[in-house]
Formats: sequence, structure tokens, C-alpha cells
Amino acid sequence: MSFDPAITLFSCHYTSQQSCAEEGSELESLGFPQSINLVRVPCTGKLQVTTLLNAFEEGADGVYVVGCPEDGCHNVKGSARAAKRVEAVREALVELGVEAGRVEMYHLPRGLHPEFVEKGKEMDSRIRDLGPSPFNG
Amino acid sequence: MIVAERKPMAEIVEMVKDCKKVLVLACRGCVTVCSAGGEREADIIASLIRLGAKKEGKKIETITASLVRQCDREYIDEIDQWKGKYDAVVSTACGVGVNFISNLRKDTMVYPALNTTFFGGSAEQGEWTEQCAGCGDCVLHLTGGLCPVARCAKSLMNGPCGGSVDGRCEIHKDVECIWQSIHDRLASFDRSAQMEVIAPIRDWSTAGHGGPRKIVRDDLTV
Repeated sequence: MSFDPAITLFSCHYTSQQSCAEEGSELESLGFPQSINLVRVPCTGKLQVTTLLNAFEEGADGVYVVGCPEDGCHNVKGSARAAKRVEAVREALVELGVEAGRVEMYHLPRGLHPEFVEKGKEMDSRIRDLGPSPFNG
Repeated sequence: MIVAERKPMAEIVEMVKDCKKVLVLACRGCVTVCSAGGEREADIIASLIRLGAKKEGKKIETITASLVRQCDREYIDEIDQWKGKYDAVVSTACGVGVNFISNLRKDTMVYPALNTTFFGGSAEQGEWTEQCAGCGDCVLHLTGGLCPVARCAKSLMNGPCGGSVDGRCEIHKDVECIWQSIHDRLASFDRSAQMEVIAPIRDWSTAGHGGPRKIVRDDLTV
């Protein structure tokens, strides 16, 4: 049974700059999945574990974070901190018997880069395969 | 500080499965310092309780709050402001806090969110190590300030044992042989002779083997 997932993306201001290009229409034209709700943050290091959990509470079937390359974060360790928090959520999901793959961290180059769209498609495909979030039953 | 870590969430969710409202109560003492049961961790646990309930098709409402400490009567009294608003308390304090609330609030069910582990210190950011066993009969003045009770795998009083190799303990290469370290440290103070003094058979009654311990200070009681 197919379903239309709701996916929340928390993205670093720098790695998601293309989302602003042409008022967002460029991302759409590149095939960025419509299922993804993009939330831009000044730095992914600002994200707390509760930020990610709240997205699940609000109905997301999947949540992922896009931050700077680990060795090239604008704020030095912001994306590394985000990766740790994503891992904490992943472990908590497993403890609750929920698929770890519903949360993910990507480190991507800044600016307009095809990987940003590719990872969006990858996440969209993964969540469609996993099906609706067990939290939304 | 008392060092603790969060219990597996499935265990916590199971505890509160019959509750509709839960007070997740943080402690701003030791467990805040070791990032196990402070306000931030209580928020995470509350969120995971709600999610765990949703997964089972139930709904649990949570209130998240914190006390200065959960090991003093006057702070426990603050719980009364939420009276009637919860079915149970999930305490993110150490086991002392859970016991204290249970002692003082007969009609309140309290569940532990943490496994209380040891008395320790922060070796590095995100890493804590056991330093003291609270044995009630301190020998640190004889051992260069390093505790053989807590830090020797066998709690030997006349170490090291035969399993000490190159300063490491036989239980794991990552564990230092504290008796080797005691020897080295005493030597650095020209007190190696202390190693020759045989420690007598120890009376462990002060370590809790004589039942729950209690201290009464007449100078402080009124």
C-alpha cells in the first residue's frame, strides 16, 4: 500500500542555500521530493534531541538533518554535534522498537549541490519503503 | 558526584503503561552534572514516553519539572504543587531521589528513569569513571589518595595481585591496575615503605554489609 510520507528536514543555513533560489522553485524543478518539509536552522549544532523527537510527535514519518561536512563546519563542530544527537534519537527509536532508518544525518557540501536533492530522494524512497510511522498509528 | 544513566526507554514506557498523566521530575544535582537526569534529559524522556505510548495507540500526557535536589525534604515538598495532576512520578534523579519521594509521599507512585551506577568524576567530556565506593572506612591516606576498594577489580587491600601486567588489570587492558598506580605514586613521595605494611582483615560492616547505614549528627539535630 503506497502512502504519502511526511518527512521533516532540518538543514543548515549554508547547505540549503539553494532552497531560497528563485523563491524555492529551483529545488522543485530539480525534483526535490514534495514530501519533505524543509526547516532551515542557523546551524545544525543548535538542534536538540527534543527538536528531532518533537518532529516525530508532530506526525513526521521520517526526520533527517543536513549539515556541513564534518571537517568544514562554519561553526567548527556544529554538524558533528548534530550527528551525535541524531545518533541518540536513532538509539532511542530502537529502544522503542521503531526502525532506526527513520532518522538520518547527512554531511553535505555547501551551496547548490546535486547531493542535496539526491539525499532528499533517498530519504523519500526509504520512508516510503518503511511505511507510516508507528507513532502515527 | 553520583553517576547514573538512563534506563532503556522500553523499560520506562512499560512502567507507565497504565498512566494517563505522568510527572517527569528532573533533579538539578549530580544527575544534571552527569547529563543523565537534568532538565534537558527529562524533556527527552518525557517526549519518548509520549511517543512510546502513541506507538501502543495510547496517550500519555506529561508534565516536566525539576527540583533543586530530590534528596532533601524541603525540596520534595515542592511536588505538592502538581498534586492531582499526575498518576505517577517518573524521577530522573538517582535512586536516592526515588526513595526519598517514596518515603515522604505515601500516596505517590514513583518510577526510576535512571540506573544509578557509581560515585565518580568526569574523566573527559562525556566520560565518567568510578572513584569511590562509599565504603565508610576511608584508606586513601595509606594509598596515595587512590582507592583500592573502588578501583581495584578485587577490592584488594594488599595488592597488586598476580594479574597485574605492565600496569594494567587482568580483567581488561583498558583498566589500570590501581595498585601499580598506588605503588608508583607512593614512590614519587618517597613513601614506598608503605607498600610493605600489611593491611589487616577489613571490617566491611561500614560498607553496608551491616545493613542500611545512617549518620546522626547531634550537633545538627534540633
